[in-house]
Amino acid sequence: MQRIGVFVCWCGSNIAGTVDVHAVAEALKTESGVVFSTDYQYMCSQAGQDIIKNAIHEHSLTGIVVCSCSPRMHEATFRKTAAAAGLNPYMVEIANIREQCSWIHKDMLSGTEKAIILGKAAVAKVNLNAPLTPGQSTVTKRALVIGGGIAGIQTALDIADAGFPVDIVEKKPTIGGKMAQLDKTFPTLDCAACILTPKMVDAAQNENIRIYSYSEVTEVGGYVGNFDVTIKRKARYVKEDICTGCGLCTEKCPQKKVPNEFNLGMDNRRAIYIPFAQAVPKVATIDADYCTMLKTGKCGVCAKVCTAGAIDYNAKDEFVKEKYGAIVVATGYNPISMEKFDEFAYSQSKDVITSLEFERLTNAAGPTSGKLLRPSDGEHPHKIVFVQCVGSRCENCAEKGKEYCSKICCMYTAKHAMLIRDKYPDTDVYVFYIDVRTPGKAFDEFYRRAVEEYGVHYIKGMVGKVVPEGKKLLVQASDLINGKQLHIDADLVVLAAAIEPDKSARPLATMLTASMDTNDFFTEAHPKLRPVESPTAGVFLSGCCQGPKDIPETVSQASAAASKVIGLLVKDHLTGNPCIAQSNELMCNGCSSCERVCPYGAITYEEKEFRMPDRTTKLRRVASVNPAVCQGCGACTVACPSGAMDLNGFKNNQIMAEVDAICKM
Amino acid sequence: MQTVTTKSLCERAASLLGEGTVAAVLGWKRGEFDYDLTPAVFTAAEELTEGFIYNDFSGANLSKYLLKKTREIDGKILVFLKPCDTYSFNQLLSEHRFDREKVYAIGIPCSGMADIQKIRKIVGEGITAIEACENSLLVHTLYDDEPISVSCAEVLTERCLNCKSKKHVAYDELIGDEGEVLTSNRFDEVEKIEALSADERFAFWQNELSRCIRCNACRDACPACTCEKCVFDNPNSGVQSKAPGGEFEEKLFHIIRAYHVAGRCTDCGECSRVCPQNIPLHLLNRKFIKDMNETYGEYQAGEYDNQRAPLVNFSLDDPEPSDVVKGGFDRA
Amino acid sequence: MQDVKEFKPVIVAFCCNWCSYAGADLAGSNRLAYPADVKIIRVPCSCRVNPMFILRAFQRGADGVILCGCHPGDCHYSTGNYYTRRRMSMLFSMLDFLGIERDRTRVEWVSAAEGAKFAATMNEFVEKVTALGPNKRLEDLRCKQ
Repeated sequence: MQRIGVFVCWCGSNIAGTVDVHAVAEALKTESGVVFSTDYQYMCSQAGQDIIKNAIHEHSLTGIVVCSCSPRMHEATFRKTAAAAGLNPYMVEIANIREQCSWIHKDMLSGTEKAIILGKAAVAKVNLNAPLTPGQSTVTKRALVIGGGIAGIQTALDIADAGFPVDIVEKKPTIGGKMAQLDKTFPTLDCAACILTPKMVDAAQNENIRIYSYSEVTEVGGYVGNFDVTIKRKARYVKEDICTGCGLCTEKCPQKKVPNEFNLGMDNRRAIYIPFAQAVPKVATIDADYCTMLKTGKCGVCAKVCTAGAIDYNAKDEFVKEKYGAIVVATGYNPISMEKFDEFAYSQSKDVITSLEFERLTNAAGPTSGKLLRPSDGEHPHKIVFVQCVGSRCENCAEKGKEYCSKICCMYTAKHAMLIRDKYPDTDVYVFYIDVRTPGKAFDEFYRRAVEEYGVHYIKGMVGKVVPEGKKLLVQASDLINGKQLHIDADLVVLAAAIEPDKSARPLATMLTASMDTNDFFTEAHPKLRPVESPTAGVFLSGCCQGPKDIPETVSQASAAASKVIGLLVKDHLTGNPCIAQSNELMCNGCSSCERVCPYGAITYEEKEFRMPDRTTKLRRVASVNPAVCQGCGACTVACPSGAMDLNGFKNNQIMAEVDAICKM
Repeated sequence: MQTVTTKSLCERAASLLGEGTVAAVLGWKRGEFDYDLTPAVFTAAEELTEGFIYNDFSGANLSKYLLKKTREIDGKILVFLKPCDTYSFNQLLSEHRFDREKVYAIGIPCSGMADIQKIRKIVGEGITAIEACENSLLVHTLYDDEPISVSCAEVLTERCLNCKSKKHVAYDELIGDEGEVLTSNRFDEVEKIEALSADERFAFWQNELSRCIRCNACRDACPACTCEKCVFDNPNSGVQSKAPGGEFEEKLFHIIRAYHVAGRCTDCGECSRVCPQNIPLHLLNRKFIKDMNETYGEYQAGEYDNQRAPLVNFSLDDPEPSDVVKGGFDRA
Repeated sequence: MQDVKEFKPVIVAFCCNWCSYAGADLAGSNRLAYPADVKIIRVPCSCRVNPMFILRAFQRGADGVILCGCHPGDCHYSTGNYYTRRRMSMLFSMLDFLGIERDRTRVEWVSAAEGAKFAATMNEFVEKVTALGPNKRLEDLRCKQ
């Protein structure tokens, strides 16, 4: 039998104004289990909390009901109060007689009556409360960052700087990601490589960072603090620790006709290659799809020229198993395919390019060594048309585009336009847009400079069609402000393609049991208050895998994710929420219903020995809940027909006791 | 009558017992009367010849008994399964309720089971023996010198009249052919009730369910009701109560029972078969099956091993409860 | 003068902690009134609500039961309310099949920002249940004290 103390708060006149607090305290005195009942002006005040503490001692209370404001407001406060007086904090229940009673009812009589009923329900619940102790689990002090773009690099650097080991898994042969392909960055126009490559080198040289390049995560098990991850190190046919990155092999390889993905296929590379000069790790990789030796067994030039002896044609994929305390997803984005946008003639003309291709065209390390030349004939273009929102903000065109705004296009287009006008003042630049969105620090000023100082023609309107004709591209567009149809014979058309999450994100989300939205962006634990955490404990989000964002925003989120990881890794033990599901093994049928509805994969099954009535023991399949993973939603408790699965803090009999107390008339 | 004989099944069982493939046989045994069969375990050939019987009254679904028997008996158990029983068998397997390795399942053909109540209605009381002929049953009574012949089709049980499938969905060995899924009118009765006004529906169920004596026969026979501890027997569940004193108590029991088996019920009809008060309990289960089929897509529990039942599943565009409930208090 | 006591229904409202309970709090903070007949029980997620709780409430004399959770897609536990939606659809349809008044049960999605919706929903629900009168079809007379 519990010894319950009831504490009715006046909250000044907030409660006492419409609820007769003395009457409530008096009425609850006679409830089963109640040994003490009182009221006070402000229970949450120091004096109020002292009343509770003293009563716990004086009356040897085993449970407490505070009739006050919402538990969302002060449940934590009163739990601490109870704990300070030596009572288990989970023996406290709150009857919400402010937000859900005094504030909405004007009549003292009905307000008081309702407050009493709410108090009775809370007393009925506490009568069935049991002390709860949060579970503890250890933390593996190593983090995993999936994706080695600027998001992943920044996250890894910050975690490493705090002194924790961190591994980066990057599926490409080098880290660097999309930012490595960019030429300049808005709104400062500093060179992307100049600010990125030092960070890549930092990552490579940091003692706490291990880079698994050309690798993929293939399996994730475990839970927050204790993830078990399998990493596939794809065979690169070059021994990473021996290759010096001299690049001789990449010059001698006779297979010269491999589309160079780093330059988006605008030029060719060899079958053995280093993606770009500043690649990290700077080692060669053999492209098995094109290597003559791997395909036919005849060639071996690279092995012959390699003085270090790093070539290994017999290499196989290797699998590494590693334990991590936290996982950061930084899988990034890709421009969407332009194949379905026939109206812009992307697949018909080489001179219709995407913005990322344009970045490579203007980059000194790109296919044209930074000279702006038409891909078709290598001539200098004099009239360039930029088309905004290609596939972005696409309502009712889900089959080819995206409904969301890709966020970065307005700014990089302003950058592109400005760079062209700066280098080639003889070139006319047109930008067709739906809206120009510049909500960032120094963004609008940047855009206005493009218009005002650089004379870029911004035209509000849509491009309807691009028709290649001879050496020209006929652009048909509407000018919405002047209400005119425009025809521009352009030399080059640049499409601001929408961006979408990398295709590797979806299978990864499944492995991590992390949720995604309909666009395959990872969802946050809370869109406003927990934007860098995934709802799955121990999994954090960095960069564009969570939604479109520019570099400064990506870096901020990367550092935020890192700080969350550091906050997790500094702990020796994780203290869980004790209000989690618990299975009564004696009653468990082993039917798997609970396992099927658990969103966190917290339920597993094991064969356990049970004594049978005839004193023999038999193995039986029973559910067990991983307390470190369970978040306490209770979905399993309803899926369980026998009631073997119950939720601590919200047990079946507790909720039914509340129901009874409310319905009793 | 059934197309396989008791004798042939007995012989097959005896040989499997003899060669040691199985340690026991789960079948049907004669009770006080020929029509009064009960599930039984046989461990020797003599026991089989003495007691085993398969006839038009072998309605009991034996799959549920595997739970207990596979735990009690070391070695394999031979079980005879009629087509509809195999669905329960699969459902129990997907709920991991027994070890498949410990079972040797023989699928046997079924031409429908006879309803003793229907026979009584025709011949009256005092039935002493029933003989099966080609398409009829010869019923001997205390009061008639000559046996009375009733046609099998006339006395089929409701569930057999609305047989959903003659297909064996799980077996190790088949006697006869695998059979096929049938199209049945099993939801007609549910639809009839749905078409009533709310008051009429309430009156209908009030009349039916108030006869419940809470004997728990429906629960005990149900192959989906296999909980290690039933909520209605558990003092901590809050719903443990046996006396059908209040107006709602028995409704609560039957709603919860039907809800607990929703998505798992194969519609085998055992609940109604065993109900001593002749309450059409299967209609509650069929209502759930019909609703789930119509709302979430066709689903037959036990059709395959390891399916995901509708209530432990969801889709992002499921309809809202207000759109699913079709009736209403005021509906004419 | 009527001496027949005005019928005051007993309404049990199950609210999920993250959205609807917060929505109810917001209704309170904004002083948006709804009848005192509504008593809220806090659950972590709408998917914690067992059909047994609802039947129990009716058995013990509730006249209406309403279940509120986060909007589909917004569940704090990502999928809880999807299960709720199926479970309650099936349960309510069954209650309807048994001839029990449909307006005594309801599921409503109320976010933490929808204080006004919470109050409006409760007002409307209480009005409907009041119109139905006392729950006779689902109560267990033995449980009345």
